[in-house]
Amino acid sequence: MTTLHPDEATAKGLAGIRPGYANQGDAGDGTLIDDPAVRAPLVLGGMSFGDVTETVCGYAEKGPGKWWLPATLAAASVASLTGLMVGYLIITGVGVWGLTNQVDWAWDITNFVFWIGIGHAGTLISAILCLLKQKWRTAVNRSAEAMTIFAVICAGMFPGIHVGRVWMAWMLGPIPNYNYIWPNFRSPLLWDVFAVSTYATVSLLFWYMGMIPDVATLRDRADRRLRTAEAGGQAALKGDKVRRFVYGLLSIGWRFSGRHWHRYEAAYLILAGISTPLVLSVHSIVSFDFATSILPGWHTTIFPPYFVAGAIFGGFAMVLFLLIPARELFPGMKNLLTLRHLENMAKILLLTGSMVGFAYAMEFFIAWYGANDYEKDVFINRATGPYWWAYWTMISCNVISPQLFWVRRFRQSPLVIFIVSVFVTIGMWFERFVIIVSSLHRAFLPGEWHMFHPTLVDILTFVGSCGVFLTLFLLFTRFLPIFAIAELKAVMPEASPHHHGDEKGAH
Amino acid sequence: MNFTIPFTLNDIADYIPFLKRKPGRYVTPGGKEVHAVLAEFKTPADVYHAAEKVRDAGYKRWDVHTPFPIHGLEHAMGIQRTILPLVSGSIGLGGAAFGLVLQWWITKDYPIVVQGKPFAAWEPFTPVTFELGILHCAFATLIGMLALNGLPRWHHPIFNSDRFLRCSDDRFFIAIDAADAKFEPNAVRTLLQSAGAGHVELVEV
Repeated sequence: MTTLHPDEATAKGLAGIRPGYANQGDAGDGTLIDDPAVRAPLVLGGMSFGDVTETVCGYAEKGPGKWWLPATLAAASVASLTGLMVGYLIITGVGVWGLTNQVDWAWDITNFVFWIGIGHAGTLISAILCLLKQKWRTAVNRSAEAMTIFAVICAGMFPGIHVGRVWMAWMLGPIPNYNYIWPNFRSPLLWDVFAVSTYATVSLLFWYMGMIPDVATLRDRADRRLRTAEAGGQAALKGDKVRRFVYGLLSIGWRFSGRHWHRYEAAYLILAGISTPLVLSVHSIVSFDFATSILPGWHTTIFPPYFVAGAIFGGFAMVLFLLIPARELFPGMKNLLTLRHLENMAKILLLTGSMVGFAYAMEFFIAWYGANDYEKDVFINRATGPYWWAYWTMISCNVISPQLFWVRRFRQSPLVIFIVSVFVTIGMWFERFVIIVSSLHRAFLPGEWHMFHPTLVDILTFVGSCGVFLTLFLLFTRFLPIFAIAELKAVMPEASPHHHGDEKGAH
Repeated sequence: MNFTIPFTLNDIADYIPFLKRKPGRYVTPGGKEVHAVLAEFKTPADVYHAAEKVRDAGYKRWDVHTPFPIHGLEHAMGIQRTILPLVSGSIGLGGAAFGLVLQWWITKDYPIVVQGKPFAAWEPFTPVTFELGILHCAFATLIGMLALNGLPRWHHPIFNSDRFLRCSDDRFFIAIDAADAKFEPNAVRTLLQSAGAGHVELVEV
């Protein structure tokens, strides 16, 4: 006989639940329970603590599969395009891009905003969902944080190279120099330098701190195998001496002490607490690059919240875009990353996609209600002018495609979520392109009207940056713990000191 | 001279000359100094209740080692609240103040007219002030957490135990340090066994 959890019994009694309602979780992998009184399990397959360690460490020790090496080589060769294109740009000049006198920001800044936005999902998962005590975050936070770092690396490159003379880029910082020139602290472009570099640094610290215990696990496993081999037991894996040394260095002597955990958890909470306003500030400040100008189409107060929602939207799409295939390719990953996780993220896509859609609508409303002719003209031009195709690509990818998730069957299907995440990623790139290029290409005088045409260098630099991102991510999956092992164990029901063996399952 | 070690400094005591661990009072039959008595437990509940017993027995230099943070363990161990938030908060605020002063000083040194706004207005300096506050706070949090834990360190005698390496996997341990004033190997062993420990061993330095 199954015993009913008291909360479950109360909820059923209060709600008069339809017959068979609680059994809906039987479909899929058993995590898609709709009864709010039943907590969906976060780790499936009856895994013990040891199984979790074995599965996650297995990816870093034995490799994620035979596909990994060819995939990484392919990604790395695409990444090398960036090196070639940036090298060509530096020795030739920014004229190799399609920029004109009028459209002097185009793909470079589009790519910058696109990549920096992708990073935001990682910080949202690691910081905001931590403060909101959303336990499901433990399955995705490590890989999403890694994505943040790699996306910020790709993002940081573009403003660096678009300054033209990259060897002067150090003048962005407040560094004393013989010309007695200091940066202008009232320029949003300078705020951006501080915001993005702070964001990159804090994300790296947060990621590293979270990884210390899990890297220590990898260290201890290598050490254990080496000691067993020394005592004449089973032979150690190839490379275990290197592992023990490198993981040993990275885990800086972590010994899983209760006193250390206490301070570690305090530090985690503090970092989550400061990362939350940080992530909101970063994309707000990115939006100031546009919003503090007086250009129609940019000069709006809706930009900060609109950009932040869009960043989270695009970031979650990228998380899903990478993790849904990974779930198929990595052995045993489906037990740790369940359908419930995907459904939750699909719901976030629906929410943020609708927020973005609301912002698009509000921009048009204000263009009309503000009764400013230039503003109105820019928006009519955006939707019906020469860049109409970009605008409508953006609307259909960002606003229409996530609406599929109102239907339960679609938001529970990994294939549909994957396809929508591809659309959203494309749509979010076009959103930045539309904002930047369609506002710039027509100035106040018709004589200043120009179209922007990307050159091959523009295109290959962007394609190359995707390669950089993917290469870094694939390297991460091969050598570092891609799940937060300690945090995953801590959300399993067995981890509670008040857990007793007899009440298995949802608790 | 006999110093009592402040509770919060337990973890960094080895780094401070006059607080350094004294030569052990106990040696193993092999002639090596005893570092601690290590007891192994199988579940979080077991180690949690055992920790309560060790706390109530009045030991001061001891520790619980678990693969993940166990909810409420700090109460079972009787750990005082960490001073880390104070460290992070004060350095964070200091960083923000530094950011604001930096911008004021640079504006005074190299005034740039921007839309005729007053040079000393703080409003345009908000973003950089905020970001520098966050940056300093993040460094203070990570470095402060590690420093209070006495990390990084190259080695720790507890790793001499082969069984202890399973701590990062699925085993739970309590180690009572030989430097504890109340330490007596047999009494410690009896206490830990009565608290439900599976395997109990002596760890050598």
